[in-house]
Amino acid sequence: MSHSATISASHPMEGMKVYNLKLGMWVFLLSEVMFFSSLIGAYIILRFAHPEQWAEPNAVLNVPLTGFNTFMLICSSVTMVKAFAAIEHGDQAGLKKWLIATIILGSAFVGIQVFEYIKLAGHGFVPAAASYAAEGGPLYGSTFYTMTGFHGAHVTIGVLALIFTAIKAFRGKYSAVDYGGVEIMGLYWHFVDLVWIILFTIVYLI
Amino acid sequence: MSVRAMTAPGHESLYSGGMRSWLTTVDHKRIGVLYGISALFYFVVGGVEALIIRLQLASADGTVVGADTFNQLFTMHGTTMVFLVLMPLSAALFNYMIPLMIGARDVAFPRLNAFSFWTFLFGSLLLNLSFLVGNPPDAGWFGYANLTSKQYNPGMGIDFWLLSVQIMGIASIASAVNFTVTILNMRAHGMSLMRMPLFVWMALIVQVLMLLAFPPITVAFIYLMFDRFFGTHFYIPDAGGTPILWQHLFWIFGHPEVYILILPSFGVVSEVLPTFSRKPLFGAPFMIFSGILIGFLGFGVWSHHMFTTGLGAVADTAFSLATMLIAIPTGVKIFNWIATLWGGHIHFKTPLYFAVGMVGLFIIGGLSGIMHASPPVDIQQHDTYFVVAHLHYVFFGGTVFGLFAGIYYWWPKITGRMIGEGLGKLHFWLMFIGMNLTFFPMHFLGMDGMPRRIYTYAADLGWERWNLIATVGAFVIAVSVLVFFVNAVRSVRAGEPAGGDPWDGATLEWTMSSPPPEYNFAIVPVVNSARPFWLHKFGPTRDISTRTREEGTPPQPDTPPERIDLPSPSGWPILAALGLSLVGGGALVGLWLVLVGVAVLVFGVYRWAFQPLERLGHPTFGPAPGGGR
Repeated sequence: MSHSATISASHPMEGMKVYNLKLGMWVFLLSEVMFFSSLIGAYIILRFAHPEQWAEPNAVLNVPLTGFNTFMLICSSVTMVKAFAAIEHGDQAGLKKWLIATIILGSAFVGIQVFEYIKLAGHGFVPAAASYAAEGGPLYGSTFYTMTGFHGAHVTIGVLALIFTAIKAFRGKYSAVDYGGVEIMGLYWHFVDLVWIILFTIVYLI
Repeated sequence: MSVRAMTAPGHESLYSGGMRSWLTTVDHKRIGVLYGISALFYFVVGGVEALIIRLQLASADGTVVGADTFNQLFTMHGTTMVFLVLMPLSAALFNYMIPLMIGARDVAFPRLNAFSFWTFLFGSLLLNLSFLVGNPPDAGWFGYANLTSKQYNPGMGIDFWLLSVQIMGIASIASAVNFTVTILNMRAHGMSLMRMPLFVWMALIVQVLMLLAFPPITVAFIYLMFDRFFGTHFYIPDAGGTPILWQHLFWIFGHPEVYILILPSFGVVSEVLPTFSRKPLFGAPFMIFSGILIGFLGFGVWSHHMFTTGLGAVADTAFSLATMLIAIPTGVKIFNWIATLWGGHIHFKTPLYFAVGMVGLFIIGGLSGIMHASPPVDIQQHDTYFVVAHLHYVFFGGTVFGLFAGIYYWWPKITGRMIGEGLGKLHFWLMFIGMNLTFFPMHFLGMDGMPRRIYTYAADLGWERWNLIATVGAFVIAVSVLVFFVNAVRSVRAGEPAGGDPWDGATLEWTMSSPPPEYNFAIVPVVNSARPFWLHKFGPTRDISTRTREEGTPPQPDTPPERIDLPSPSGWPILAALGLSLVGGGALVGLWLVLVGVAVLVFGVYRWAFQPLERLGHPTFGPAPGGGR
């Protein structure tokens, strides 16, 4: 299969002692770090310039609900680790089980986020400045939806990729010597999880 | 020479095959050719835009085009030349040459490579589609906020611009991931990082810059998109937004982008000068570390584009100092290039002309750059033609000349045929004279106070003479480009066969036939020098930096001794790229088209993910299938 070929092909060469897919994912995540750093940096600039546009943490946003959602996302990282650990030992059943669990948790996160958006929009907490009617000012809504929205898009893409990975797992494409696809899926997933912990802190708690 | 006789006849079949084979190709060499042809096509498009601009400005009160068209022309000229010409032309050379120079059979992710190209192409088409709807973008290539707001710019032009540049940004990031991994992980046996050719080193730095610089501009575009599509006020001061935020995000990308555009050219010159001076590059490690330093410092100087926004004395001082520091590694490079030529047995071929021309013209652009590093000077020159002169000396004198050096240098390798020396030198001289005629007078115009981006000027301002000279120069450049195309067509039709090693080169790409076989290397080479082919041809005495009894890397045999597996052609990357572009373009039409795009993208990626990577054991690539592993 492709992964084992990639692994074996890179070993006799000069290189980083990491197979291509994994190095590629790390390099891509480096780029992603800059993406979220730019979002957070712009948020800091806007918020410091206009602190009056932000409301108290629990006034507009439902912190307990999102706190629960955060907990679920962290749990999904645990199930992802379990999936990877399973296939590292050649445990096909475990791989399938834990991938499914990760998909369920990830989908639930996106679902709750959509529910949260609908509720917030109902209270006038919207991105558009003209129709903003909640406490604080429109920058609060604009930054909230761009930051959580692009994170949500990352989770959604992650869930799609997890479904692809699970289909491959059900077709028996991974093994104890060929698990690259699961490993890089995990790297991405943990990154998205880590970013959420930072975003949750900045957007909801501070 | 015996070595030349040893190299195999060219594999012209590399380029044979119908349309389908080009649409589904995952071969880095073919993708490189696709990038090159697209970039040269857009070079003509962007050049025609520039010629119309120059015609309009040739005399006072010009009437060739109106103000709106003029704004659209300079916006499209800048955007085209940066994103549709210089970057893809560098990408063409990266694609074709990096795997050959590091001794790899392909890039790390061949299908991702195809995806990058098609995404770039569809993005570039989307940008130019704005001409068809009669509303090209008109806010300048760096699209300063407020000029781009829905209130002041209600048409679709800005939407075309922001969506297409974002799509091309995704292509750049995908390609940067690919080439970073390729360079770090796919090098042949013995090719340590410090033995890597300078061109590959500069390419690696460029990939890292793209990885880190494109996300900020993506965020800048996302905010602009939200402002225009969803009514947010990120850049609109009424509700607390700030136009300066755009400038910061744009130039955090924009300044590294300057090095993304110039470092490939530095890399080419660092290959061409040693080859035609018959000497190793002077102080190669210094050249490498200078390149790294330029890339690193490039992230800390963006605000020198913003001195007039009033950042305060402390910020201005810091950014001014950081900008001046960049002159040090750049100066190291220039002195090392001169020292490489010094005492060499110089062969005056066309690539050398362009490389030396690049060094000279880049010095002029670099010097005016140091002037801009000083805030008081910069505030005087800001938004005048002096800045236009500066940026064209670095982009045209630096990047275009450097890339043409690369095109002439690797033309025999890519096409298998020599390209005319006479016409090549004519091209050089016309371009050199035309370039200086066009852009040098702009220094005077700028000092005289002529602002950039004005579409007419009054006769009594005294700007007519230099403007006329600049316009004449622009047409001289146009003639030089025409000479290049004539030369190229003549070479492809009836050029003398080049053989594998026409320049007596030092690096791995010259050990194989021209054009190389689809599998690149019949035997993956073993490298024990920074100049492995020179070491083979001339022995260690030639190669003073390598005390080794090894024999260097010999020319490649005609046929591979073992079976070679290559990645199989795939139509899914182009489908995924199409889906992605539909998502972007669909935003201008309606939600339904966006959803169609998402569906196509997901389907393409799904099929891509499930397609086996390798085409096993092609019968022509070595002994019968099954004989190998």
